[in-house]
Formats: sequence, C-alpha cells, structure tokens
Amino acid sequence: MEWEAVIGLEIHSQLKTKSKIFSGASTAYGAEPNTQACVVDLGLPGVLPVLNGEVVRMATKFGVAIGATVAQRSIFARKNYFYPDLPKGYQISQYALPIVTHGHVEIELEEGATKTIGVTRAHLEEDAGKSLHEDFHGMTGIDLNRAGTPLLEIVSEPDMRSAKEAVAYMKKIHSLVQYLEICDGNMQEGSFRCDANVSVRPIGQSELGTRTELKNINSFRFVERAINYEIERQIDVLEGGGQIVQETRLYDADNNETRPLRSKEEAMDYRYFPDPDLLPVELDAAFIEDVRQQLPELPEAKKARFVEQYGLSVYDAGVLTASRDMADYYEAVVVASSGEAKLAANWVMGDLTGALNKEGLDITASPMTAEQLGLMIERIGDNTISGKIAKKVFEAMWAGEGDADLIIESKGLKQVTDTGAIEHVIDDVLANNASQVEQYRAGKEKLFGFFVGQVMKITQGKANPAQVNDILKKKLQS
Amino acid sequence: MSLSREDVEKIAHLARLAIREEDIPKYAQDLSNILDLVEQLKAVDSDGVEPMAHPLESSQRLRSDEVTETDERSRFQSVAPKTEAGLYLVPKVIE
Amino acid sequence: MHTKTIAQLSAALRAGEFSSEELTRFFLERISRLDDKTNGYVTVTTERALEAASAADAKIAAGEGGPITGVPIAHKDIFCTEGVPTRCGSKMLDNFIAPYDATCVTKLSEAGTVMLGKTNMDEFAMGSSNETSFYGPVRNPWDLNAVPGGSSGGSAAVVAARLAPGATGTDTGGSIRQPAALTGITGLKPTYGRVSRYGMIAFASSLDQGGAMASTAEDAALLLQAMAGFDPKDSTSVDESVPDYRATLNDSIEGLKIGLPKEYFGEGLSSDVANVIDEAIAEYRQLGAEVIEISLPNSGLAVPTYYVIAPAECSSNLSRYDGVRFGYRCEDPVDIEDMYKRSREEGFGPEVKRRIMIGTYALSAGYYDAYYLKAQQVRRLIKNDFMDAFAKVDVIAGPVSPTPAFKLGEKTADPVTMYFSDIYTIAVNLAGLPAISIPAGFVGDAPVGLQLISPFFDEARLLNVAHRFQQITDWHARVPKGFE
Repeated sequence: MEWEAVIGLEIHSQLKTKSKIFSGASTAYGAEPNTQACVVDLGLPGVLPVLNGEVVRMATKFGVAIGATVAQRSIFARKNYFYPDLPKGYQISQYALPIVTHGHVEIELEEGATKTIGVTRAHLEEDAGKSLHEDFHGMTGIDLNRAGTPLLEIVSEPDMRSAKEAVAYMKKIHSLVQYLEICDGNMQEGSFRCDANVSVRPIGQSELGTRTELKNINSFRFVERAINYEIERQIDVLEGGGQIVQETRLYDADNNETRPLRSKEEAMDYRYFPDPDLLPVELDAAFIEDVRQQLPELPEAKKARFVEQYGLSVYDAGVLTASRDMADYYEAVVVASSGEAKLAANWVMGDLTGALNKEGLDITASPMTAEQLGLMIERIGDNTISGKIAKKVFEAMWAGEGDADLIIESKGLKQVTDTGAIEHVIDDVLANNASQVEQYRAGKEKLFGFFVGQVMKITQGKANPAQVNDILKKKLQS
Repeated sequence: MSLSREDVEKIAHLARLAIREEDIPKYAQDLSNILDLVEQLKAVDSDGVEPMAHPLESSQRLRSDEVTETDERSRFQSVAPKTEAGLYLVPKVIE
Repeated sequence: MHTKTIAQLSAALRAGEFSSEELTRFFLERISRLDDKTNGYVTVTTERALEAASAADAKIAAGEGGPITGVPIAHKDIFCTEGVPTRCGSKMLDNFIAPYDATCVTKLSEAGTVMLGKTNMDEFAMGSSNETSFYGPVRNPWDLNAVPGGSSGGSAAVVAARLAPGATGTDTGGSIRQPAALTGITGLKPTYGRVSRYGMIAFASSLDQGGAMASTAEDAALLLQAMAGFDPKDSTSVDESVPDYRATLNDSIEGLKIGLPKEYFGEGLSSDVANVIDEAIAEYRQLGAEVIEISLPNSGLAVPTYYVIAPAECSSNLSRYDGVRFGYRCEDPVDIEDMYKRSREEGFGPEVKRRIMIGTYALSAGYYDAYYLKAQQVRRLIKNDFMDAFAKVDVIAGPVSPTPAFKLGEKTADPVTMYFSDIYTIAVNLAGLPAISIPAGFVGDAPVGLQLISPFFDEARLLNVAHRFQQITDWHARVPKGFE
C-alpha cells in the first residue's frame, strides 16, 4: 500500500519583549534561577495579571504579515493542569477567541514550486518555568524565571505531506518572526520551539489517520528526523496490522527515535474557561491598520527587490533573504563595497557562509563585519587585488589580521597592473619555454593556460589576470 | 443528579485532592445535593442570551513594556517549603 | 473611647483629646481582655500598631494627614500584609507571611490608619457563618452561642464588640453584608472594580470585592474614601474618579424612589425579620421617600447560578496551593502526585474541598456548557433584572439575611441549607452592584440588617440614604452586653 503523511506544526515563538506578558519582571535569558520571578510570576496568593501591550502589537504584526484575521475582540482563558513548573495550576492562554486566525504562508518546494500552508490560528499565552531533573538528593528543582514569558503559539493546518515540507514551513515561520522583530529565533535558548502532529493514511483516502504529537523537537534537523522516524513507525504499525494510539511522544535525538511520554497516560481535561482576572482584549481597526502601515519589508518583497535592484538571480535573492540578518548583512556589504552587488552576493553566499558553517556560527556572530567584507570586495572591483588573491585576504581577515587594505599592504598582495612589468615577465616566460611556444603555435592551444600559470607563479598571483591574457595572446600570435 | 463513587474519585483526581476512602459517600451526597440545587438552571430559557463573564462591560487595559521588578528571591523563598541553590525543590518529576 | 465612631475619633485626635498611641493602646488592651469571647482576631500586630500610631501622631502634630490618620482598624486576614501572617482562615496558609501589601492595605496605611491586627474569617472566604475557619469559629458578640455570619465574621465581630472602630472585609456573595447584618453594624460592598483586588486573596475573581465595615455609614464613607480608586495592578479595577463620599451624606432624600422587590419578601423570610424591615421602610417614608413595589423575576436563580460560577472560579484560583512555592506541604511525599494530593487534602477544610470539587466538575469536559455557560447566561438575566428596576427606582431595599443570627452548628450539617443564608445578597455580586447593610432593629437581642442596593458606582447615594436613616435611628449605636 502507498502511504501519505499528514503533518501539522505547533510552533511556540517567544516574543522578544523586555518584560513578561502579565508582570514587570525581566525576560532576559540566562539569569540565576528564580531571580526574575516576581510575585505575579510565582502565583503568590492575591496577585493579578496585567497584560503587556507590546505583546498584543507583536501578535497583530504577525497576523497582518500572514494575511490573517486579527480579532477585534479576543479572550484570555485558563488552561487548568497541575505541573510543578506551572505556578498557578493554570496557564493563561487563548482558547475560544484567539487574536489571530486564518492566515497562510507560501513555502518553496524543490524545483521552484511553491505550496500554501494554512495557519489555523496564532494565540498568546504565558510560558511555564523549567524543571531541572539533575540530582538534588533525588528531587527536581524548579526555576520560574521563564514563567510568564510571552509566547505566540502558531498552529498550522495539517497541510504538510512530508518532513521536508514541515521543515520548509518551520524555516519560513522562523524567518518571518525575525523579519517582524517579534522573536529572536534562538532555538538553542528555546525561543523558537516546535511540536508536530503526525499521522499517515493510504493515498487517496480523505479522512485523517490517528495522529501522534511529537514534542521536544527543537532544531530543523531534529524536526525532519523525528517526523521521518514517526512516519516510518506508524506505517510499520499499520502494515503490521496494528493501530496508532493517539498520544504524545517525545523525540529522543540521541537514539533518533520517538517514545511515548509516560506521565500523559490519562486523558487531559484542561477545564478551559475565560480568565476572570482579565477582560476581553479589544483592538480597533485603526490600531490594526497602523500596525500594517509600519510592517517592515517582508521576505517576498525583499527578494523581489534584490532581483530588481541588485540584478541577482531569483535563487541568489532567495538565499540572501532567507533570514533578515542575512539580508541586512548582504545589503551592508553592498554599500561598503561601493555597489559591487554581484560580487558581494558571491562572497556572502560562498566564502563567508562556508567559513561560518565550518565554525557553526550564525551570521550575527560573524567575526568579519559587513563593512570589512565590503571594503575587501571594493578592492576586487577597483582591480587592487584579483579574485584569487582576495581569497588569501579573506582568510587573513577571518583570522583577525585586520582590514583588507592593511593585509594587502603588509603582505604585498597588490595586483600588478603595470603593462610594462607584465610584458617583461611574459617575455621571460616565452623565452624560457621556447618548445611550448612552438607547440602552441602549431595548434596546441591548450598550452595557453600553462603560460598563464607560469606568469602567475613568477608574479605570485599578483598580475592582473585580464592583462596577462591580453598580452600573452598578442605575443603568442605575433 | 447523583454522583457515583467513580465520579467523585475522578473529580478528586482532577482537583488533586486525596479524598479519604471513608469520606467518599459523604462527598458524593453533598456534591449531589449541590448539583440538585444547580439543576434548576436547566429549566431556564436562555437561548440567545450572551454569557456574562464579568460585571464590567469594558476591555482589557494594556501595560507598557517595562521591567519594573527586581530580584527578591531570598525574600520570596523564605516562605517556601523546600529550596536549594535558588530552586524550589519538589519530589522527582518523571516525564 | 470605644463607643466613638471613626468620625468622632478623628475629631478627638485632631483636637488633641488623646493621641493615636493612647487610642491604639486602649484598643489593644480591650482586644487582650475581650477578644477571647469572640475569637475575632487571628493575629494582633501590637508592635507594628504602636509604631504606626506614633507616626500618625507626628503627622497630626505637624498638621498633616487626612481624616482617618491615627484611627486604628483591623484587616480581614484575606488581605496580604507584608511581613505579617496572612492565613485566610486556612491551614494551607498557616505558615504564610505575605511578602507584599494588598493595594487596599497600602492605601489605608497611606491614609494614616493603624492596623491592630488581622481578623478571623471563613476559610478562603467560603462560608456564611465563620465556622469553616481553621482558627475556630467566631462568636457573635450579641449571643456568644450564635454565629456572626460570614465570611467576614471576624471583622464584623470586632467592630460590633468595639474591638476596632472599623475593619476591612470582602464580599463575594454577601460576606460583608450578611455578617454586618447579623452583628448590628454597617457593611458596604462597593461596585465591582471600585476597590482594587490586588493582594486580596482570590475566591471567585469575577465576584470578589473588598469593602468597609464600621458602626456607621459615615465611617464606612471615610474608609471607602481611602480604599477606593483605580489600581494599575488590577485589570478589573475601574479608572473612574472617586467622589467625596462625605460631601453628600446629608443630602435630602425627599422624593427618593425606593424599590421593594416582591421576591425578597416571600417564602423563606422570617416574619420577625420582615417586621423589622417594614418598620425601617416606614422610617424612610417619614424621610420623604417614595416606596414602590418592584420585581426582580430571576431572583430565585441567584443561588444556583452562584454555586456554579463561584466554585468554578475557586477551583482554578485555589490550584496555586500546591505545596511547591509557599503554604502547606504534606510530610514525606513519596512522589509529586502524592505531594499535590495530600498537601491539598490536608491543607484545605471540607467546605473548600466541596467547592473545588463542584467547580472542577462544572468546568470539566462534557459539562461546561450545561453548567458554566448556562450559569453565565442566567447571570446576565439577573443583571438585566436590576437594570430594568433601576429604570424605575433610585435604590432597592430589602432584607440582608432571611433570619437573624443562627446558633453555632445549626446549619453545618447540610451545606445547601447554609447556602440559602445568602439568598438576598448573592444577586448583587452576580450583577456587580454596590450594596450596603445597615442596622435596622432587633429580633429579641439579635440584630437585623436592612440592605440597600444602588446602580453601578453610586456608593455616594447608598451612603447618603444609609446616613439619613442613621440620623433618625440609633440601632447602629447599640453595643452588645459584655462589651460596653
């Protein structure tokens, strides 16, 4: 039987506000345990929540950016369950009336095709704290610094049919929230997390199969692996005559497998009801329009502009606008290089990305600033150095040896453009390789490269390649 | 409306109350009586009446995004049952 | 000194007849001598009181401070008070010392009042007789074998016994008005949102409202003046200006339209109480008021509606008592579930557990629409009744409690019987309206209260109407035997 996977994602995106969603405690990452948990976050008797307005603006931005309906009236509800890192015994979330509904994003598939993925809803809620299971005399430690950090939970339609599509969608949302400056996207710190709902069904069947929910898949790589594992597992179960149990499963990255979550054996009954401590959030059309007017340039528009303005290929423009940080870096390089847009694209996508990947660095952590790279590229453009020599300069810059001009000067890498000097070297090369000259003239044109190589060897690569070509050709023809 | 022993046990579990075995009949009786009282609501014609969650027909006020709180961990933890290294300690939680 | 009203004490303090410190010592001495009879206080804050009193004296001497500077008061133990035990009548919070002050407490402190201590109450404000307190029942100063009402029974008892000139209370279904009525004092439940709920331990968030308890309406006006107002820490607090409540106390009520809901005078109301209410209404006619019979047709649904909404909210509000960050934790839990279940089983009393369970049931899957949603719809019908009535009358009057104070233990066996103690007070909370209970007479030695209800944010009118009554009656000035 041929099977088809059906996948939906729930993405938890931490909103990058200064203070928490319902209290004035800081949201900064990495503080000492419980030093950023105030009376409200701790759920002490008598405390009350007050909503952070920035959170509402950020959710509205997201809603407008995905062409969704931003609710003029949304309601906070309580989701009741007991867990030690959930201080009040309930999580304040949105249930019946979320702030964002019915949006969509486009994802790119292989061979340039695109697919629309529906976003069912995006709602605001508070994050829980963290349970630390390291050994405290056999006890669990609770850190509530994260409790009350604002989250936007983005729930997709079950529109994805493969792990690859799921990853493409997740990357799309990841890029978008950063473009909108509502989330830092830092997956190591848990600012951007993902759960996946996965089911399979025979191709052609319209009703959905029983789904499982995969938790704890917090990198693009793990999402792909976990989903692929789960699809295989479900197909195996079904083909073996078994049935899928609707359950929550944890992805174990070490063993690349999913396993059921033990503590969730009972069906949860969250007893949602409107939070009586909070009133309905009402937004007027003018507010939503104002947010729309202030939206930053979004990935699609930026990509089109890169093609138009910088003469890049659609592919290159897509790579360079995949993240806002990358796009911003690229544009800074172009400015610093005095407009060498194509060269800049090649360097950013090529050597720079390669070097970053090699060291596992994000572009925001690049040891080389866009300005530095741009100035080096400018030197290629004005023929101070050749592209080949530039690679040496790049390496030296990466190693922290200073700016391009300093390196070119101190290492004597300046390109030789003096026609007389180049002619002189060429004359020597031709004189010293008389037999090859004869063979060339007899028709063995392949040898042209040999002569260029000899010239470059003598000049240590500094001779201007175009000039070398021109002069060599003339001399060999005469 | 009469609640069974199983109903009481299920509710007590949801509410995380270790109701004693011998108290269950009394709870079942008391809760059933309360539900009988509440039962008369069912006879009310409330079709089309908008549920009233709140006495005030106003909307949520929004706070500006400012950090106003400082670290008061030691003060807050002075009333905690068990802490260590700044953490609240609870019996081992198994996922 | 103890028979003086807050207004009189204020004048005496300002005239230098005695200092706040002398006054405070006087009340502390009375408390140590007499409080055992009523068990109204759970905590007496002697040192703090004396410090606050001398600070108040300094202010008065400097010609600073306001009308209640230097006046001793008691706080219901539901209000968080920094550095002072805040136990809410529960074993669950027996070891809880609040790390912050409730807004209400802050405001009254800033107004210069002196906290004498914290008053006993039904556990988490769930009760109508003060018998659910972990700290023992409160006794009614008028009859030590009778209940004082609840849940603000401690505050009511200490004011009635003149162990404090005034006190704070909270009212979720009648918890200020019913004990005020049963102990012969004045109790004001303001409009929902008028007084901040921040730091007031939640029972049912959409119903809870803090208010003032004192011997007279004028005193209640002085306390409310300090308590009322917008609080940015409470999303449900209302940003509306606070009028000068004392300015209109003496306004004429000639031509005032008083509505008597016929549903409040039917079956269930004791004839003795009915007679007292009739006489009180007759006094209002003397004062020039016009009395009109009205109808609040859904009144009979208030109790069932309340016993869905209040338990539902309470079941969620009380989930935070889990033994993790504060409060009671059971001995030697074997695992996390055991810790939750035993801490909560051992930490909460039976009435609290009953309400948590009813609320849990009402919100659970499959029952939400039939119970919670339905109750919210009926809640609107109840509110609409009042809105219709206020199109015809200025205030609504009626009994507070169907009977005078009942004996300790009389109604504890059957929770539902107890719930009907609040039959005339609950609808006001569901609607969010302000209401006041004032002493209207006696049945034998047992006080009876008259309830007055006004439109939203019209506390000034309520206080005015109550004050005019107290100008021509002296029920509010009676002091129970043994406490003179």
